[in-house]
Amino acid sequence: MDWTLIVEWVIKSVLLILILVGGFAYLTLFERKMLARFQVRIGPNRTGPRGFLQPIADAVKLIFKEELTPARAQKVIFVLAPIITVVPAVVVSAVIPWGGVVTVFGRPVTLYIADLNVGLLYITAVTSIAVYGITLAGWSSNNKYALLGGMRASAQMISYELALGLSFVTAIILAGSLRTIDIVEAQRSMWFVVIQPAGAFIFMIATLAEVNRAPFDMPEAEQELAAGYHSEYSGMKFALFFMAEYIKMIVISAIAVTLFFGGYLGPDITHLPYIGQYLTWLAPWMGPVYMFIKVVALLFFMVWVRATLPRIRYDRLMAFGWKVLLPLSLAIAFISAVGVLLAEDVNPLLIWVIPVLSVIAGFLAIGFVDRSLRRKAYAAR
Amino acid sequence: MRLVEPFIELMTGLFTTMTEFIRGKPVTIQYPEEKRPVKPRFRGRHVLKRYENGLEKCIGCALCAAACPADAIFVEASENTDEQRFSPGDRYASTYEINMLRCIYCGFCEDACPTEAIVLGDNYELSFTHRREAIYVKDMLLEPVQAGGSPTPQVTEPGKFTRSVPEMKDPQD
Repeated sequence: MDWTLIVEWVIKSVLLILILVGGFAYLTLFERKMLARFQVRIGPNRTGPRGFLQPIADAVKLIFKEELTPARAQKVIFVLAPIITVVPAVVVSAVIPWGGVVTVFGRPVTLYIADLNVGLLYITAVTSIAVYGITLAGWSSNNKYALLGGMRASAQMISYELALGLSFVTAIILAGSLRTIDIVEAQRSMWFVVIQPAGAFIFMIATLAEVNRAPFDMPEAEQELAAGYHSEYSGMKFALFFMAEYIKMIVISAIAVTLFFGGYLGPDITHLPYIGQYLTWLAPWMGPVYMFIKVVALLFFMVWVRATLPRIRYDRLMAFGWKVLLPLSLAIAFISAVGVLLAEDVNPLLIWVIPVLSVIAGFLAIGFVDRSLRRKAYAAR
Repeated sequence: MRLVEPFIELMTGLFTTMTEFIRGKPVTIQYPEEKRPVKPRFRGRHVLKRYENGLEKCIGCALCAAACPADAIFVEASENTDEQRFSPGDRYASTYEINMLRCIYCGFCEDACPTEAIVLGDNYELSFTHRREAIYVKDMLLEPVQAGGSPTPQVTEPGKFTRSVPEMKDPQD
């Protein structure tokens, strides 16, 4: 290991953190703008041209706001909780590949920070730490609503972590590896969302619950719990929670892209007619661009869901997680394993057993949800 | 057991919001630059009216203050003379104050006024940073003199403005 490698790592890490923090700031604007359009409004448009300076104004406001600590709060944990929430959100992004290998000043540079052979295990391990921050924030605030929010966050996390982990497993089975780069490269011929649509669907649902987004934003349900776990936080500490939520959104979209939507892969621009042959130097750099486009598309999907679906009731949320999503994701992991075995040993075309069976399983699960969620009077119709 | 319909229902919901996203035209009105006109019966900030010749309609009778359920109006009357005439008749309001923090915009003052001097206008931009600023005095409430009129106090010929309440017709509609 030479010192240039360390310099390379430092540069890449700083770049990634800057991208995530800047991405957080502009994701808030993106969400507000898109949500406004869904609700036939305009959204922020006063600060700077078309509201592009709004995140900066928000940041300045939050930094200069007074920070309050409740009188009988657990001070140390109260200060520590936002940090515990933010750090895992940032740290997860280390194993997500943003591109292949590019050449900078005649030196091959990989566009990811760590090449862990247990990358997905690392992701599941680190993402679940974030909920400690939320629960501790609720606990240390000495406020019953905050405590309820924190408890809800941890209960929800436990319920949906299982389905999330099992949908990770489907991707792992299809790729045959825990390395994120291997998983992306295994999707060169076919994205996993095509082979395993139900798995991707479960992943998206569990993801929404994992980052506490609507319709699963129970920990901060405004109408019931004031603001949930961050009721007592103000100023920069509140900004950290906000930052954690949005960075988690970005990171988890990037994970979804990596697992199911072909990661940094995209159309090969060297095959473009007429200009393709001059673009060979650009081709490796297209990885981050494709990644960016896919992540923005998934973020837009999250905003779209938030604009559409109302918040689910809490008992139904738990019932849905344990009684529907967990068995369904188990079944789908099983179907994936069988399909991969059949494709390897009998006939490669039998890989198409997976989407057919898993979609059938998905619709069966939907039927069960429908039956269990239906009120009696409504069912009698 | 319904299998596909719930999924279709979910997709229908998403489709509905998406059509709004694509086709919906924002209904936002850019407020300080662009103002939505108020309705004809809107009750906003009060205005003290004048006659065409510039004399004030208000005669300082304080019926508005008596009618006010919030006790927001304070009126003090003084004597008119032909050398210093503010309004027709014997007396005029030398002090007229409305506390906009107390006022509930019920419009009773408007109804009580025998000369139709006080009218609730269409100005709703009443913001102040201090309690004292909430008290609107006569100069702020009085409407400007129309073209052809002259400002008060006027010097008038004796015996012309003896009647303080004008002759009024019954409402037409």
